[in-house]
Amino acid sequence: GKNEYDLLVVGGGSGGLACAKEAAQFGRKVAVLDYVEPSPRGTTWGLGGTCVNVGCIPKKLMHQAALLGSALKDAQHYGWNISQPVHHTWSVMAQGVQNYVKSLNWGHRVQLQDKKVKYFNIRGSFSDPHTVRGLTKAGKETVVTADNIVIATGGRPKYPTHIAGALEYGITSDDLFWLKESPGKTLTPFVFNVSLECAGFLTGIGLDTTVMMRSIPLRGFDQACHISKIKQMYFTTQQQMASLVTEHMESYGTKFLKRCFPTKVEKLKNNKLQVTWKNADLDTEETDSFDTVMWAVGRAPDTKTLNLETVGVKTNSETGKIIVDASEATSVPHIYAIGDITEGRPELTPTAIAAGKLLAQRLFGRSSELMDYDNVPTTVFTPLEYGCVGLSEEAAVQRHGSDNIEVYHAYYKPLEFTVAERDATQCYMKMVCLREREQRILGLHFIGPNAGEVIQGFALGIKCGATYPQMMKTVGIHPTCAEEVTKLHITKRSGLDATVTGC
Amino acid sequence: VQAHKEEDNPQKAMEGNGLTPVPDSYDYDLIVIGGGSGGLAAAKEAAKYGKKVMVLDFVTPTPQGNSWGLGGTCVNVGCIPKKLMHQAALLGQALQDSRKFGWQFTEEVNHNWMTMTESVQNYIGSLNWGYRVSLRDAKVTYENAYGEFVGPHTIKATNKKGVEKLYTAERFIIATGERPRYLGIPGDKEYCISSDDLFSLPYCPGKTLVVGASYVALECAGFLAGLGLDVTVMVRSILLRGFDQDMANRIGEYMKEHGVNFIREFVPVKVEQVEEGTPGRLKVTAKSTTGDQIIEEEYNTVLLAIGRDPCTRKIGLDKVGVNINEKTGKIPVNDEEQTNVPYIYAVGDILQDKLELTPVAIQAGRLLVRRLYAGATTKCDYVNVPTTVFTPLEYGACGYSEETAVEKFGEENIEVYHSHFWPLEWTVPSRDNNKCYAKIICNIQDNERVIGFHVLGPNAGEVTQGFAAAIKCGLTKEQLDSTVGIHPVCAEV
Repeated sequence: GKNEYDLLVVGGGSGGLACAKEAAQFGRKVAVLDYVEPSPRGTTWGLGGTCVNVGCIPKKLMHQAALLGSALKDAQHYGWNISQPVHHTWSVMAQGVQNYVKSLNWGHRVQLQDKKVKYFNIRGSFSDPHTVRGLTKAGKETVVTADNIVIATGGRPKYPTHIAGALEYGITSDDLFWLKESPGKTLTPFVFNVSLECAGFLTGIGLDTTVMMRSIPLRGFDQACHISKIKQMYFTTQQQMASLVTEHMESYGTKFLKRCFPTKVEKLKNNKLQVTWKNADLDTEETDSFDTVMWAVGRAPDTKTLNLETVGVKTNSETGKIIVDASEATSVPHIYAIGDITEGRPELTPTAIAAGKLLAQRLFGRSSELMDYDNVPTTVFTPLEYGCVGLSEEAAVQRHGSDNIEVYHAYYKPLEFTVAERDATQCYMKMVCLREREQRILGLHFIGPNAGEVIQGFALGIKCGATYPQMMKTVGIHPTCAEEVTKLHITKRSGLDATVTGC
Repeated sequence: VQAHKEEDNPQKAMEGNGLTPVPDSYDYDLIVIGGGSGGLAAAKEAAKYGKKVMVLDFVTPTPQGNSWGLGGTCVNVGCIPKKLMHQAALLGQALQDSRKFGWQFTEEVNHNWMTMTESVQNYIGSLNWGYRVSLRDAKVTYENAYGEFVGPHTIKATNKKGVEKLYTAERFIIATGERPRYLGIPGDKEYCISSDDLFSLPYCPGKTLVVGASYVALECAGFLAGLGLDVTVMVRSILLRGFDQDMANRIGEYMKEHGVNFIREFVPVKVEQVEEGTPGRLKVTAKSTTGDQIIEEEYNTVLLAIGRDPCTRKIGLDKVGVNINEKTGKIPVNDEEQTNVPYIYAVGDILQDKLELTPVAIQAGRLLVRRLYAGATTKCDYVNVPTTVFTPLEYGACGYSEETAVEKFGEENIEVYHSHFWPLEWTVPSRDNNKCYAKIICNIQDNERVIGFHVLGPNAGEVTQGFAAAIKCGLTKEQLDSTVGIHPVCAEV
């Protein structure tokens, strides 16, 4: 054809790179455009997208730094003599993390080169359905034409621009991981899993951290009943898993300002930030000063500079995300979209990667396999991690009715917590099953250490249609936390005490 | 061993043989001999169905004089203290990592053996206590006495003071477990210790020689080295016999690279005491298995981990006619855990051809009791039981090893998918980037069903558990491929 490339991928993140490399495997001519618009603070980064640069990777590494802080405390119970006091130096951690991320940027460039994928560091915008043009940093215009185009430009953190001073004085996760100096006393208003994860590790490395919550934490995650150990209510629309996670963070040292929302941010003479907020419960106005205010109010798709209107790619008017069908096709033939930018999809790296690969296989291989977005496992890396796969309790009830659902649950204590004298009050798991005949497992939720490692294998089981009897037939590995999943037998319905006791 | 009907009249048979007649009413419905993982699980389950149950538990002191409370091997001298000391060693590594993550403290970091051991023993004490309470709550009678059969349906219980009592029961479950084997060389019982002694050792073991290549040997050597001790492992031939040998060798390599010395193809022939003390100094003489070479070396402690023997030789099994394997001491049972004597059952480590694992013993004990008293029919499923070896680099496995898969299905009928991986948490502290490893073995002829899963890396137990459940559900390669990973965790590999 007259187009220069078989495939052009706009956006060099998890989805984009996976799609491009897979297409190249089929001997196709592929190009990738990647460009990072600097954040309002001026932060920018290299090839690899959100996950590598300002998401999963630096987040998990800093989470690990915080976990190691806890390990230092545990170690003393296990006989290790460590001089007190123990300090944490932000710049040492940040440099270690940033160096590793840069090695990944480099690795991605090498991989593209090896696979003969052409890489342009330009910000592209559509001029017609097969043509994208953009400017390099040096100001040179480049035009790229392709038979097929995949949009994978991801998202960027939103700013609450209606709050005075939010944009001028606040930062977001885009900046946090690249700070050269410690953020100091930090406020992170509003609650999505990003702010809980960040607040968690900031607390863990010894910083004075406050989370400001307007309403409920971890919106979209499981929000079933808040239970006391002795009396369980079957299920209500109150928080459960989410509240266990935040309960733990409170005992861990993170401060929570509940039912509050900020109204303005001002800079003080000593360069600190003064934040004013409204307390909805007390109907009062309060203020305090912080070194850093990190907004975590959600992410918006990065589509404004793409010029989607020109080519007619339809987006959701509310969210701005690109509407796609089950094959990732947009409203325009030969233009596709994958990853965080697509409407109705989970915002996760592994789903973007899987979707990108399958798309390339359908376009250039002989595959017809569509991406299965059901039963995608995830983990929130808060100080006490929360991993889950499948349906939440409410979704199961909504879909099947409360009489057709059985929820098995347990409070357990990781063995390693015993000698370390750590509080395991929030270590909890529950399995949501159908009640009828086979008792198929609809969802599994786990709060505890290494939640991701625990959930991953069970996600496979659920993919295979695992049932409660099959789970009970699986022998446990002893001593682990995961074995408790194979021993779940107390139902919420029974109202019995769900605390695990001994071997 | 065929299943026997209990309608056969044992009394008539015994009288016919000139033995004492059996009483018509028994003291107990069920007597469990052995208060470990299997025994306690069975006892508590039986009590749930309103049965009158007694548990006899007794610990014959080790040659060094060591003993412990209710709960069996797992709780006292197995899984629990092992994992806690393994955790102590992992924390030592975490300390080193933490510096790269920005944590600062003095260069000199020492480990205090007594602090660790005291904490571990305190926790175990709480478990012993917890078991006694739970037996009491379940209305199970517990006696700290040595049980042995003296006649049909009758056992003699001898306590620490030597007081003997007789008890009768309709049924018995033998769950006496095992104890470490000794070498049978001069000085072994006098000067060497075993895992029965290690976890409560009241002094730091110092420079240690671990004899053996079992998972016990490697796990102990692993954490001792992790705590900063000079450790040597003396191996007669291969590591981890019965495990996937490729994985076994990787474990050994990792340990070697992380400071554990290995002496291969040697066996000790003599242990002598050079100096008394806590610890003292011992001289070990060893002979090559492949030639005439003799070596000598001094150690503070010699830990024997060459295997375990079932406690079945001195419990009067001959008096009731229960068959045991004369060579190994293990008890053969049918698939309902029944011995050749209809009213006598067995669970746990003493069973022939079954896995020596706590969860298996518990599962078998519970299901057995449900079949006996609750009309259940489910038998214990011994297939695809997952395990984990808690060496410094942990190894989780479920299903076939590569060798057994090749043997059973033929090399051309299996496909092995494998990958090295670098845990994200190891990147910043610059830890090994090519040691962690995972492989799955698939049966090509059966829809590429996953028949073996092996992973070498941190938290291997947590990773493996879920995969074991999936394998139980008949996981295929295609289903594995279509399952999205959680990012970033090791298990997504």
